[in-house]
Amino acid sequence: MSGAGPEGSAGFPHLGKPDDSLGAAGAAGAVVGFRSTRRGVTGWFAPPQARIIRSLVGQVAELLGPEPAGPEPAGPEPAGPEPAGPEPAGSEPAAPEQRAGPEQAGPGDAGPGPASMGGDPLEGSWDSPEEFAAMLGLSTSTTVPEDPVLARLLPDAYPDDAESASDFRRYTEQDLRSGKVAAARTVLATLPEGGGQVRLSGDDAQVWLRAINDVRLALGVRLAITEDFEERMARLEPDDPRSAYFWIYDWLTYLQETLVRAVW
Amino acid sequence: MSVAPAEVERPDVKQDVTPDTPWVTIVWNDPVNLMTYVTYVFQTVFGYPKRKANKLMLDVHHKGRAVVSSGTRESMERDVQVLHGYGLWATLSHDS
Repeated sequence: MSGAGPEGSAGFPHLGKPDDSLGAAGAAGAVVGFRSTRRGVTGWFAPPQARIIRSLVGQVAELLGPEPAGPEPAGPEPAGPEPAGPEPAGSEPAAPEQRAGPEQAGPGDAGPGPASMGGDPLEGSWDSPEEFAAMLGLSTSTTVPEDPVLARLLPDAYPDDAESASDFRRYTEQDLRSGKVAAARTVLATLPEGGGQVRLSGDDAQVWLRAINDVRLALGVRLAITEDFEERMARLEPDDPRSAYFWIYDWLTYLQETLVRAVW
Repeated sequence: MSVAPAEVERPDVKQDVTPDTPWVTIVWNDPVNLMTYVTYVFQTVFGYPKRKANKLMLDVHHKGRAVVSSGTRESMERDVQVLHGYGLWATLSHDS
């Protein structure tokens, strides 16, 4: 577990002063966290900071959902963070043909679309078992995902019982994915692309917490974060390309810490 | 575990339908989740007082894992699913 918080991270001492080489998050504005006010939980984001969060949240949603994260998926040139991990392609799994339309229905809704809707459902031509399962809110996944990020976001519930783990996954994974995608969409809906002030209701602030945490979990896997990551970070050469991603991770850690304290 | 009366022939049932053998939800340590966040989640999900939530968080942190709830298999599955929604690394086991 990470104990980093305002005490540990606010000054980002291990990185010195943020400068242009460290990417937009630090360069483009003061590091401001969330705080609780009479009118809700408020935060402020410089435009590059907003772009980074939107990009990362959108990537997590894309990774988790069969559908894109929203009508406007996070911008054409993500403000950076496709972490230069060992498998950069891993977070772009959604093939274009899978994104049939922006309004793909969620689980439980009549998902499969016109081709499947006419006439007797028993006679209908289901395009794929996946679509049928999605309509029922079931997942066809029964094994832990191969992508380590997905494996972390959708972990096995039964560590020593593969059969029970499969059953659990079959009946719950779709809901878990949907919940995480919905959280990502809430962030995209409440964080203006151009940055600025964000004012959240208590409920939305809690949703933000989960979404930011999912982004940190994903980055944590890609960056191979360990308990001593601050020491590793401090040892990075200034021109190491990973520096920016570590910095963003650390910044999100700080942001989340302030958000926890604001909603508590 | 209580002992069934001798005259009752215990049916051959799976363990999970035996009411007196509870299941447990376990949360495992990981390097990403914040200590404050984990405490917050324990309070929010289980309604635990802050002191108890904080102690469980410290157990996870220092011992690598902690039992955070116990009960029927169904209720533990619900707890695990909710905790996964919060991004905690949770599993359930039969408390034998």
